Amino acid sequence: MARRLTFQQAINEALAQEMRRDPTVVLLGEDISGGAGANGQQGDAWGGPLGVTKGLWTQFNDRVLDTPISESAFIGAAIGGAASGLRPVAELMFVDFMGVCFDQIFNQAAKFRYMFGGKARTPVVIRTMYGAGIRAAAQHSQALYPIFTHIPGLKVVVPSNPYDAKGLLIQAIRDDDPVIFFEHKVLYTMEGDVPEESYTIPFGEAAYVREGDDVTIVALGRMVSMAQQAADTLAAEGIACEIVDPRTTSPLDTETIFESVERTGRLVVVDEAYPRCGFASDVAAQVAQHCFSALKAPIQMVTAPHAPVPFSPTLEDAFVPSPARIVDAVRQVAGKGAEVTA
Amino acid sequence: MTTSAAPPTVLGDLSREDLLDAYRVMRTIREFEERLHVEFATGDIPGFVHLYAGEEAIAAGICANLRPDDWVGSTHRGHGHAIAKGCDVKAMMKEIYGKRGGLCKGKGGSMHIADFDLGMLGANGIVGGAPPLICGVGLSAKMRGTDQVGVAFVGDGGSNQGTFLESLNLAAVWNLPVLFVVENNGYAESTSSRYHQKGIDVAKRADGFGLPGVIVDGHDFFAVYEAAREAVRRARAGGGPTLLECKVSRYYGHFEGDQQTYRAPNEVEHIRQTRDCLTRFAERVTTTGVITRDELDAIDRDVRALIDDAVREAKAAPDPDLADLVTDVYVTY
Ligand SMILES: Cc1ncc(C[n+]2csc(CCOP(=O)(O)OP(=O)(O)O)c2C)c(N)n1
Ligand SMILES: [Mg+2]
Repeated sequence: MARRLTFQQAINEALAQEMRRDPTVVLLGEDISGGAGANGQQGDAWGGPLGVTKGLWTQFNDRVLDTPISESAFIGAAIGGAASGLRPVAELMFVDFMGVCFDQIFNQAAKFRYMFGGKARTPVVIRTMYGAGIRAAAQHSQALYPIFTHIPGLKVVVPSNPYDAKGLLIQAIRDDDPVIFFEHKVLYTMEGDVPEESYTIPFGEAAYVREGDDVTIVALGRMVSMAQQAADTLAAEGIACEIVDPRTTSPLDTETIFESVERTGRLVVVDEAYPRCGFASDVAAQVAQHCFSALKAPIQMVTAPHAPVPFSPTLEDAFVPSPARIVDAVRQVAGKGAEVTA
Repeated sequence: MTTSAAPPTVLGDLSREDLLDAYRVMRTIREFEERLHVEFATGDIPGFVHLYAGEEAIAAGICANLRPDDWVGSTHRGHGHAIAKGCDVKAMMKEIYGKRGGLCKGKGGSMHIADFDLGMLGANGIVGGAPPLICGVGLSAKMRGTDQVGVAFVGDGGSNQGTFLESLNLAAVWNLPVLFVVENNGYAESTSSRYHQKGIDVAKRADGFGLPGVIVDGHDFFAVYEAAREAVRRARAGGGPTLLECKVSRYYGHFEGDQQTYRAPNEVEHIRQTRDCLTRFAERVTTTGVITRDELDAIDRDVRALIDDAVREAKAAPDPDLADLVTDVYVTY
């Protein structure tokens, strides 16, 4: 039965269900047991900085581990644990902290299966929070999924709603390869229908969020709701947008993207990441290469600027791709002229 | 060898002016932070704010030994270090409000306050970010033949970071003119240090890397000052790095908005009443008769007026120029 759950609750439920189903699933991360108090009693005070693990320590005790602030060590331990019989789900609070432990991810976890001739499995999930929007400034706001998408051997998940978050996380936990799972901090409070029973969503299968014949918008994560707002505005002007949410950037469902662009002949890619060597430029390149003859207008990319995320609310609001900028880009590819610039 | 510094019995080499300055620094930090605590609750201040209240004696005691051309590398809890290193309080306040005229044009915010002209290498959003940078500062001083020193601050939580342990080794083996100051307030976010460290004295780790480790009471300005004086003197004279662990408490949550359900009831109240650095400092200097209560009260009034002005000006300041979104980044697309 489906109930309304927040994104945060959907992830919590996926973790709890998989922990119940499989005793080798363990959680590790900073403060995730919910706060270890001064009086020596571990409790369920906080649910971690992301609020996602609330209640799990009381249910699963020593399978929910608070770690020291030693990302190289505990992310590496999650990976080593995965290689030797566990299915760890590590929480790396902000994706920006990946810098501290990146070797363990891209030289170790990502390479094992291939480099060891197919003999190794590394069923680890690293959940991490990303994105701008809460005035967290340059070192706590980045959308770094393109960096991970670049690395062969990693699977990269960027859900846009609570239903997908639950199904994709369960899939990630059951997957035998390392998965980096991106949770947008602004989406945590988003509500949606989520079935109580356990279910999976396969990787590499895009979702049609909205159907339309005029312009294809490819967007993921938080950008999906931005694209929806833009599409509402455009519908009133008679421009029908199709929104494709790839849900995973690696593997990427190019088939669905191509199919849509073949039909509309027009593409706007919306990406919260930086513009160079990013998700948007990657999708644009794939489409240019494979659907060139179908294109009726140059592809437009709506991205963050090539700049660190600024702190000041006015600047940060200008940093994040907005529905207005998406509307502008769609009008351009639709040949309707641009009225909005910021 | 790890030593616990004996409580100092004299006011050492500190002049009356030094003492008044030290008090002003600590009071400014306290007033700045307590005011932020109040203003944050109104919803006017964006983002994450980590308050330094309770730990003032450390920033003041360390920085009283530093020159303007010495460097400090700070943490996410950096307002105290910035004030003690001489950063402009009004520009800091504007920065925290994300306004034009902020110390970093409103682009950094509370977690990234810096002023390179004053040797403030920056608050840091990455736990364990500063120690390697401060090794570089030490290397730079050494290679350029200056007698500058660098100080890296980390918390008890930050002292578990590989960057910290690697930096201890690097500084020791290169004999760098640096201090590592661990502000051990017993918590990393909500996790009590008994859950993240096996040996509670971080300073003991110094032994393993071959540098001196010293433990001091971080609520006592004089204890911090004296230990730092010794360490800074040694560093300047080419005697290498020191690890200084200050046992201390934070008065507020990990960040503003933290409900602190993981803390014992009355934990903070008790510390405020028995160990507060400002109260202890005032008692000490007034009972020895060097400074009068009136002089301290006058500083309190000055500081309150300064912070009032800083908040008023920050609230009234305009937002940053939108064009600043893509300045200071070499190239943009
Ligand atoms: C590399 C990295 N990991 C985790 C965090 C999140 N974080 C910010 S402050 C903090 C706790 C720091 O504790 P401590 O070093 O003791 O400093 P305190 O807050 O007590 O001053 C954590 C885990 C971070 N900012 N950077
Ligand atoms: Mg601490």
